[in-house]
Amino acid sequence: MLRLEGMEIAQGGFRMTADMTLQQGQKYAVIGPSGAGKSTLLGALCGFVPLSAGRLFRDDEELTRTDPGARPMTMLFQDNNLFPHLKVTQNVGLGIRPDLRLSQSDMARVSDAMARVGLADQAEKRPGALSGGQQSRAALARVLVQARPWVLLDEPFAALGPALRNEMLDLVQDLTSDTGAGLIMVTHAPEDVRRIADEVIFVHAGRAEAPKPAAELMDNPPPELRAYLG
Amino acid sequence: MARRALSISTKTGISAAALVVALILGALIAVISKAEAGAGFTRADWMALRFTVWQAVLSALFSVVLAVPVARALARRQFVGRGVLVTLLGAPFILPVIVAVLGLLTVFGRNGWLNLVLAHFGLPPVSIYGLHGVVLAHVFFNLPLATRLLLQAWQTVPAERFRLAALLRLTPWAFFRVIEWPLLRQIVPGVAALVFVICLTSFAVALTLGGGPRATTLELAIYQAFRFDFDLGRAALLSVTQLVVAGGAAVLALAIIPTLSMGGGQDRPQQRWDGQLILQRGLDGVAILGAAGFLLLPLAAVVLRGVMGLGRLPPEVWTAVGSTMIVVVLSVGLLGLMALPMAGWIASRARGGIEAIGLLGLSASPLMIGTGWFILINPFAYPADLALPVTALVNTLMALPFCLRILVPRLRETVQDFGRLTLSLGLTGWPLWRWVILPRLAPQIGFAAGLTGALSAGDLGVIALFADAERATLPLQMYRLMGAYQMEAAAGAALLLLMMALGIFWACDAVGRRYATA
Repeated sequence: MLRLEGMEIAQGGFRMTADMTLQQGQKYAVIGPSGAGKSTLLGALCGFVPLSAGRLFRDDEELTRTDPGARPMTMLFQDNNLFPHLKVTQNVGLGIRPDLRLSQSDMARVSDAMARVGLADQAEKRPGALSGGQQSRAALARVLVQARPWVLLDEPFAALGPALRNEMLDLVQDLTSDTGAGLIMVTHAPEDVRRIADEVIFVHAGRAEAPKPAAELMDNPPPELRAYLG
Repeated sequence: MARRALSISTKTGISAAALVVALILGALIAVISKAEAGAGFTRADWMALRFTVWQAVLSALFSVVLAVPVARALARRQFVGRGVLVTLLGAPFILPVIVAVLGLLTVFGRNGWLNLVLAHFGLPPVSIYGLHGVVLAHVFFNLPLATRLLLQAWQTVPAERFRLAALLRLTPWAFFRVIEWPLLRQIVPGVAALVFVICLTSFAVALTLGGGPRATTLELAIYQAFRFDFDLGRAALLSVTQLVVAGGAAVLALAIIPTLSMGGGQDRPQQRWDGQLILQRGLDGVAILGAAGFLLLPLAAVVLRGVMGLGRLPPEVWTAVGSTMIVVVLSVGLLGLMALPMAGWIASRARGGIEAIGLLGLSASPLMIGTGWFILINPFAYPADLALPVTALVNTLMALPFCLRILVPRLRETVQDFGRLTLSLGLTGWPLWRWVILPRLAPQIGFAAGLTGALSAGDLGVIALFADAERATLPLQMYRLMGAYQMEAAAGAALLLLMMALGIFWACDAVGRRYATA
C-alpha cells in the first residue's frame, strides 16, 4: 500500500497536490493533459522530485526522504532506460547488484529474466544492436529481476508502434501478475487504460485525483475528463 | 531539500579542488613572504613588464589578423587535404615549444632557409632574435588556435543563411556585411583576448628567442633572478607582478573569451555558394598555402635536421628520455586523481562559475608556482632531488583547466541522460565510476590524458628552475645542447621529443577511443 498524505509539489510556477492511497497489486493509469504533472507525480513517488509538503508512506514506513534507489519501486523512463555501453546482460544485472558482482545464482536469475521477456539469444549484444521493442524487453527484464513491490512506467513505450506497444503492455501485465507488484503507468491513450488499468488517476488543474475504477470512469467520464478525452 | 541528479561523491571532488587551490596558494604565500616590498622595481623590471605586455599585444594582433583570411578560406573551400590541415591546426597545442623554436630557427634563423633565399636575391638577412622572434613564435603557436576558434564560429552560421545569401545573389561586399562582419565582430575580440592572455605567461619562447634587456618577459626575468642571481626576493616580486598582470588580464577577459572546444567536428565543410570570383579563389588559395607553409615548413625542418642528428645523440639524451617518461607518467596519474573527481563535482552541480578555473589556469604562471614551491621545499630538502615530481605536479596543474573543459561537458551529458537511471538503480561510489562514468567518458579521458602527457613531455618551465646538472628532462637537455651549439644533436633530440609528444598523445587518445563502445 502506498499512502500519499497531503503531498504537494512546487517547481517554479508549477504546483500540484495529491492525496490518495494506492493498493498493492493494483494497476493504476495516470492520465491527464500535457503539462498537468503526470510525469512529475511519478518522479515524486520515485524520489526524483522533492515534495514541498506532505509525506509518502509505504505501509507504515515513511519514504518521503528515502533515496530513489532505496525505495520499494522501480521506474521506466521515456528514454535512456539502458546504458548503451553495457551489454544487455549487464544492464539487467545492474538490477540485482549495482556493482555487477553477480553470483552464479544471480546470473541464473538474469538468464531467466531474459528468457522470460524473449531475449535469451540477445544477451551479449549492446542495446544499440537491438530493435526498439527488444530494448523495451530488456528494460522489462531488469524490472523483473529488481522485483520491487511497485513498478512505475512513465510512457516508456511511447516511441513504439501500436501493435508493439500492446505487446509490451501485455508483457508488463504478465510480469506484474508474476511478481504481484503494483503498477502505476502514465499514458495518453484511452485504449491503454481499458487494456490494462484497474483504476485511473486523473491529473488536471494542479491536482491528482484519487483513483476511480477504470471501466466505470471511462464509460461515464466527468466533464473535465470528457474534455480531455475529446 | 535539493536532490542531486547523480550521486557522485562530491567529497573527493571538493578535496581535489581544495588541493589545487592549496598548491597554488601555498606557492603564492611563499612567494609573497619573500618578496621585498621595499626593494621596488628596477629599470630592468619595468622593461620586462613593458615587453611582456607589448609582445602579447603584437602576438594577439598578428595571430588574429592573419587567422581571419585562413579561417574564411577553410570555411568556404573544399579541397583534398582540408581535413588533414584542420587536424594539423590542433598540433601546435601539443607541440613542445622548444621543438617549434628549433624549427623556426632552421627556417627563419641567421643561416636559415629564408635568409638563404634572401641572400640569393642580394637582400639583407633578417634576425629572429628579440621582439620579432618572440612574436613570430607566438604567432606560430597561436595562429592555428585562432584559426580553429574562428572556423568553429564560422561553422555555427546556419546553412540556411548561406542558402539565403545564394538565393539573394549577395555581392561579396554585401555578403561580408550581412554574414561575416557580425560574426567577426562577435568572436574576434575574444580570440584576441585569449591569445593575449596566453602570451603573457610565455617563458620558453622568450628563453630561447628573447633575452637581454630588450626582450625579456616577466616569466623569463623570474627565471633569471632565480637562476643567475639566486635573488629570491626579486624573483618573488616579479612573480607577484606576473600574477597581477596575467591574472588581472584573464579576469578582465573572462567574459569575452570563447569556449575552447577540444573536440573534432570541424572536418566537415559546409556547402557554400559564395566566394566563386577568381579574385576570391586566389586570395583563399594564398591564405591556405601561406598558413600551411608557415606551419609545415618549421615542422619539416625539425624532421629533416632531426633525422641527420639522431645518430649524434649523446648518452645524456637517453637519460633525459627516461626522466621525461617519469614526469609524463606522474602527471597523467595525478591528472586522473585530480581531474576526474573535480569534473564529477562540477558536473553534478548546476551550471556555475567553476569553469572559470579554466581561464585562471591559462593565466597562472608555472614559474611563479615553481618559485613558490622552491622556497617552501628549500629549507627541508634539496630542491633538485624533487625536480621531477614538482615538474610533473605543475604540469598537471597547467593541463587541468583544459582537461576539465574536455571532461565536464560529456559528464554533464551523462548526468542528464542517465542520472535518474543510476539513482533508481542505486548506483553510487566506485560502481558508478566503473560501470557508467568511466565507460561513457573513455574518449574524453583518453584525449585529456594524451594532452596532459604531451604537454608534460614538452614542458620547459619549472624543470629549468629546479634541475641541476645531473637531472634534466628531454626539453631541458635539448635546450642545453642548443646552448652548447651542438645543433645537430639538438635537432636529433628535437625529433625524438616531437615523436614522444605526438606518440604519447596518439597512444592515449587511441586507447580512449578503443574503450568507447557506444
